[in-house]
Amino acid sequence: MSQETTNYDASAEFQDRATFSQKMQAVLHKYPWLSSTMVLVVASITFSFFNENFLTPSNFSLILQQVAIVGAVATGQTLIILTAGIDLSCGAIAIFSSMAMAKLVQGTPAVEGDGLSIWIAFPAGLLVGALAGAINGFLVTKVKLPPFIVTLGTFNIFLALTLTFTKGTVPANEMPPFLLTLGNYVNLGPFRVTTGVLFMIAMYIVLAFALRYTSWGRHVYAVGDDIDAARLAGISVNRVLMSVYIVAGVTFALAAWIVIGRVTVASPNTGGDLNLDAITAVVIGGTSLFGGRGTIFGSLIGAVIVGVFRNGLTLAGVDLYFQLMAIGVLIIFAVSVDQWIRKARK
Amino acid sequence: MSKTPVLQAVGVTKAYGRVIALDGADLELFPGEVLAVVGDNGAGKSTLIKCLSGAEIPDHGQIILDGQEMSFKRPQDGRQAGIETVYQTLAVAPALDIASNLFLGREMRKPGPLGSIFRMIDSSGMRKAAKEHISALGIGTIQNISQAVETLSGGQRQAVAVARAAAFGQKLIILDEPTAALGVRESRQVLKLIESLRERGMPVILISHNMPQVFEVADRIQVQRLGKRAAVVTPKSHTMNDVVAIMTGAMTVDKKDQALSPVR
Repeated sequence: MSQETTNYDASAEFQDRATFSQKMQAVLHKYPWLSSTMVLVVASITFSFFNENFLTPSNFSLILQQVAIVGAVATGQTLIILTAGIDLSCGAIAIFSSMAMAKLVQGTPAVEGDGLSIWIAFPAGLLVGALAGAINGFLVTKVKLPPFIVTLGTFNIFLALTLTFTKGTVPANEMPPFLLTLGNYVNLGPFRVTTGVLFMIAMYIVLAFALRYTSWGRHVYAVGDDIDAARLAGISVNRVLMSVYIVAGVTFALAAWIVIGRVTVASPNTGGDLNLDAITAVVIGGTSLFGGRGTIFGSLIGAVIVGVFRNGLTLAGVDLYFQLMAIGVLIIFAVSVDQWIRKARK
Repeated sequence: MSKTPVLQAVGVTKAYGRVIALDGADLELFPGEVLAVVGDNGAGKSTLIKCLSGAEIPDHGQIILDGQEMSFKRPQDGRQAGIETVYQTLAVAPALDIASNLFLGREMRKPGPLGSIFRMIDSSGMRKAAKEHISALGIGTIQNISQAVETLSGGQRQAVAVARAAAFGQKLIILDEPTAALGVRESRQVLKLIESLRERGMPVILISHNMPQVFEVADRIQVQRLGKRAAVVTPKSHTMNDVVAIMTGAMTVDKKDQALSPVR
């Protein structure tokens, strides 16, 4: 029979001698988005010293437009990373969906003018996203493969399918206005942004509501936090994971809609690197790659930080290669902070 | 005290391939008592309680809850029927707060369209209810119901798991080695909880390796041996050494000397 002779309350000990850095750790632990918000504020102020055009409404409108697509993809990516998964196929799903929408509405180039109604083509594009997500979800929950491997495989498969489906060509015809809606500009006071930016922010609001105020949201966190505990608590873990991958697939398809609005064509050759950009945004936004910790708005901040760094460094006349380096440093910084925070209460 | 058991297992058999884990095991749990189940490794304790909670489907035999025969297919079925299980592995989600953990998988919804259409959960209502459950069990050491579970000690975490079981267990609570992962002082907290469950009239099945703990809280002790019930004794009628002897087969107890009917 094992009997411990000494036993003291670790948490009481902790409170007694909390130093400044420990208190800091505790605060960041409670509000994981705080560090990324601070980075954003400090970076913005710093860049404004180098170029007076940086901190202007028109420049910020530009930054928001530049991050709209990555920001939208990062919503679904956040959901998946919260469950301790990862999705490398998100960009491929977005392209796949955008090509499905464009091709269905325009018809095949061989037979001109046999396209479907936009009201069929658009939902069909969303359905492609949902199905692609469902395939990922199925492989993760039923075949029990690690999400990294699953989505590395499906990343290639979805890209290949898209290229086969389109024969590598860009649909040449004019897009129907509905597909271009998210490229339209609106004026909001001094800001002039595309509707795509507003749409992306709306996606964040909807998903933030679902994560914070519904049982489903709690279950997403619980599954990512400790999958066995969630299962023992009676949560249908596989159903939650499946729903996360499907919802994420739909968000990638919605991001594709923003892509079409922005570049006015659907191209099978752009967006393959969206996956790494989206993961970067999520990680810089303070969501832990180990799951169960983070907020969805953090990813929006993360996406904006990347945009601010690119834009600010460009305005400051910094070489493009150094911009890449800065983003790299930022990622490593963000993950180090996450590790440090996680150590706080273990 | 009534003589009909809350939960009864009759001749339960379970084999994993060629390994017979349970070979016609019986069990009776009477209202308001703490029944400890002890046995050597491989004696079938875990398999028995898994069959009772629905985590395993027995090959043969009956599980009778309140006079009705049950056929559980999944743990959720057992839970639905009012059987809650607490596991040794501290089955709580560390990053979620105490209230969220108590209601994990059974969240309360807001009344009206906010709950039915927008599916909003009633956070303040859950916090209030959680506070009541926690204080009803006399867990005074937990002050802030909205603090994350990872900020709690092991004993407090297990207390949250027990409180969850007590809040939702209508018929009985099964504790599967609840103190195995805990230190001495933390184990004490859990033992206190078991006693307060008994005071509230909640029947408890306690699976444990720890003889002193078993002798401290149990009303009756069921000794499992080789997939069968070897004997049922009480802490008064037999000593720890006797129980160990029964476990290993060095001693047998005559049927008439056993505690097969309720002692409380």
